[in-house]
Amino acid sequence: MELKRTLVAVLLVIGLSPVAMAQDLDTEKAIERYRQMLKADPWSNPGLLDVDRGETLWATPRGPKNVSLEQCDLGKGPGKVDGAFAELPRYFADADRVMDVETRILWCMEKLQGFNRADLIKSPHPSGGQPVKELGAMATYVANKSSGMKFAAKLDQPKERETVALGQALFNRRSGPFDFACTTCHAETGKRIRLQGLPFLSNPEEARKVIGEWPAYRVSSTHVMTMQHRLVDCFWQMRMPPLELGSDVSVALIAYLAKTAEGGEINAPALKR
Amino acid sequence: MHKIAIALGLTGFLAVIAVVPATLAQQRPTVDAAKVDAAIQAAFPTFPTAASDWTPRLAPDETMKQCVANDNLPPKAVGDAIMAREKATIQYPTDGKLVGDWKKGETLAQSGFGLRFTDYPARDRPNGGNCYACHQLTKTEVSYGTIGPSLLAYGKIRNFGEAETKAAYEKIYNPHASYPCSLMPRLGNNKVLTIEQIKDAVALLMSPDSPVNQ
Repeated sequence: MELKRTLVAVLLVIGLSPVAMAQDLDTEKAIERYRQMLKADPWSNPGLLDVDRGETLWATPRGPKNVSLEQCDLGKGPGKVDGAFAELPRYFADADRVMDVETRILWCMEKLQGFNRADLIKSPHPSGGQPVKELGAMATYVANKSSGMKFAAKLDQPKERETVALGQALFNRRSGPFDFACTTCHAETGKRIRLQGLPFLSNPEEARKVIGEWPAYRVSSTHVMTMQHRLVDCFWQMRMPPLELGSDVSVALIAYLAKTAEGGEINAPALKR
Repeated sequence: MHKIAIALGLTGFLAVIAVVPATLAQQRPTVDAAKVDAAIQAAFPTFPTAASDWTPRLAPDETMKQCVANDNLPPKAVGDAIMAREKATIQYPTDGKLVGDWKKGETLAQSGFGLRFTDYPARDRPNGGNCYACHQLTKTEVSYGTIGPSLLAYGKIRNFGEAETKAAYEKIYNPHASYPCSLMPRLGNNKVLTIEQIKDAVALLMSPDSPVNQ
């Protein structure tokens, strides 16, 4: 009961303060209290609803071929979900490319269930207040099945190394009207945009602390945001066009981040601002 | 004793900044630039407006290429070339007045609107400079970022000087003209802000009555 009341209060504070300059500090404190309460009761994370939803979707016969994704091979064999996320991204011989969890689920939805890829990637991410879409819910379920494990993607095959190297090059590449790269915000310790702290993502120690939190439940947009969605948000801020889900750029950046975060614990879905 | 310690510290610091770019460059695996460009082209297939508005955003210009190749710490010769090239892009107000309205400057410093893919179709609203995202500017605004230096009392500590006012205008228009491979956007050169807006931002920094200088 106390939990519910505080949760509502926290959401109200966030929802009702559009600019909320001075209130941001109070908000941060309130969210911190909320996080503490989630730790005390791990079943209260709203992101877990999407884990359940994703699990149901995964096992339900769907698509033109009316089959479930239980034969989808996430790298550890068809239907094996436990621990699969901890070893992604990886190279898949059947697709002849490196894939992260969302790109792989997209591939399975297309190849196994017969969905049209173009339809799936047309508007793949929710807007504020909308729940994560089906593919994202399944990615959240798969990631959750590696919670408590450590990032252990080998990424040592030639195509995998090439992908990580591409990710690193992209991480440093500056373009667009603001001349931004990922490094503009994520190449130093202790920096902020407004009041939001910025992790130094090319630093393994800092990457290990945060990369395993995604997909994460974002309090400010009241939905689970996947890593592919998070990257779209970064490129949006960089004044770039919408990043295509499953593109080589998205996979390479995720592979670079996963490699940098190697050994870091997975705690997905975590709770974020 | 202190002087020696400072001198040693400074030498160590200079040694570190001299060594860091070389180390980073060595660590980085080489990736074919054409492959990176092709991956970028393929990853951004849809644009909210005409393709000609967006395709130039996908490629770094010569200055950005040089900055990325040197981890934003270019050797002197490259830095000098960048400064000369970027200085040549700066356009000045035709009436010669560099200081506008600090109140409008404060508004644009607060605004991050403009040029994001959700900001189209274009609407009747000016782009922001989003200065507070990275800089502290006034005592009253506590929600400021720290990627750039604090600009509190910017004009006051420069005695509101004429040369300093021109330097502020040039810095906002194109920071690479004085600081090659700065992380700051080229707000004038890249047409994020108009010349009138840059004058307003200069006023925010350099006007004695601006909240920056209170």
